[in-house]
Amino acid sequence: MPRDEAGVLSEIKRDYIIRKLKEGKRDDGRGLNEFREITIQTNYIPRAAGSAFVKLGRTKIVAGIKIESGEPFPDTPNQGVLTTNVELLPMAFPTFEAGPPNETSIEIARVVDRGIRESKMIELEKLVIEPAKKVYIVFVDINVIDYDGNLIDACTMGVLSALKTAIVPGSKEGGKDFALPIRNFPVSVTMVKIGDEIIVDPSVEEEQLSSARITVSMSEEGHIRAMQKGDSGSFTLDEIRKAIKISSDTGKLIREKYLQ
Amino acid sequence: MGTASDIKLIDENGLRIDGRSPTELRPIKIETDVLDRADGSAYIEWGGNKILVAVYGPREAYPKHTQDIEKAIIKARYNMAAFSVDERKRPGPDRRSVEISKVISEALSNAVMVEQFPRAQIDVFIEVLQADAGTRIAGLTAASVALASAGIPMRDLVVGCTAGKIDGQIVLDLGKEEDNFGQADLPMGILAKSGKVVLIQMDGDLSLEEFDKATEMILDAIKRINEIQRQALAGKFISLALERGGE
Repeated sequence: MPRDEAGVLSEIKRDYIIRKLKEGKRDDGRGLNEFREITIQTNYIPRAAGSAFVKLGRTKIVAGIKIESGEPFPDTPNQGVLTTNVELLPMAFPTFEAGPPNETSIEIARVVDRGIRESKMIELEKLVIEPAKKVYIVFVDINVIDYDGNLIDACTMGVLSALKTAIVPGSKEGGKDFALPIRNFPVSVTMVKIGDEIIVDPSVEEEQLSSARITVSMSEEGHIRAMQKGDSGSFTLDEIRKAIKISSDTGKLIREKYLQ
Repeated sequence: MGTASDIKLIDENGLRIDGRSPTELRPIKIETDVLDRADGSAYIEWGGNKILVAVYGPREAYPKHTQDIEKAIIKARYNMAAFSVDERKRPGPDRRSVEISKVISEALSNAVMVEQFPRAQIDVFIEVLQADAGTRIAGLTAASVALASAGIPMRDLVVGCTAGKIDGQIVLDLGKEEDNFGQADLPMGILAKSGKVVLIQMDGDLSLEEFDKATEMILDAIKRINEIQRQALAGKFISLALERGGE
């Protein structure tokens, strides 16, 4: 995750967070497995085929979908195409810089993409106009506008909500517009390790203090669909099992609350 | 994972397309010091994978703003040769290789005693000459040998290995067809001695029981792969000792 190399996290704050964690508490009063408040506003950008403005605590992102016709990949001639891109806008954080995607934004985009792709959320087979020649391409673009940690989950929530409301412009291809066909919703839960504690939905300070990060995306039936470890710290196998369990439990709550 | 297909990946005797059992690794061969200019190098053949790794450093980190005042940064660059895959790959980094380079760098940083080299960088160049599924974990396995052969202080060796699901069954070390047509892929990087996980990625569909089975298979295989790493390094250091008069 992006770190502020200026090291703005003061020692007092750092010690406070660590001391609280030892008591099983977070500095903002949350439990270890608790997400921050999530608000989602869909159809935020009416010009897009689907869109969502998501606030996860103070992290804010805008996800927009554009759907255009184009060529399928040669190895999947009977499927539409999904592409995911994340822009870390310079307005979002003092050390974010304008320019082409860097390894941080590429990793976030690919982890978000993998969760959606591997859960087979979008029925890509229904996005074929002419087999092997012309299919719909679903462009997912996510702009991070305010950064306070856990971009992977904020972006995933944004994409899920935007896709849920997306309309495929069938009328441009001589048919009718139709809702993007969706099968199910994967939920991603990102955790970081601080000392020996594993905590859900880290803030930017918690990310700066953490040694390692793990994201577990799960489907409705409780199967793992995608995982990604990040940062140079390590996890024991038991910690990974614990992370999967937390993702399963916390993911259920998120699903009930935001994705019905 | 790839598209669904009718290809049968496990036959009626429980054997896989290349004749392996579910817990069998493809043949692995590691050599050290295959390059002259680099500070350390290794070459690995793992099934049909042929991968070269070169290590340069520790040297002053450049550009300067990338320096870490407390430790060395590991910069791994995973790159696939244009001719390494069936259809020519456009040379240069793509999004996949940028991500793989990042997770490999992070995994190696955990094994190297980076705190001994503030402000330095250690470059690890991983060049996939021929790809045959599992390139990231084969590259990681060889990179860790190349670092050791460069004489860089390390806590442990990182061992890479993959398990996956094909025809509904958990198997070790996916081959190319299994990777393309299987239902899950779980690459892991594990520290040989401590058993800590420094790289984990997964895509596909695994139940919790399947995940446990897959990790159990990987943990068992790690020992065998680590032995091959150690032998490659032992070969080097034994001949070095003989050169210096058998000390």
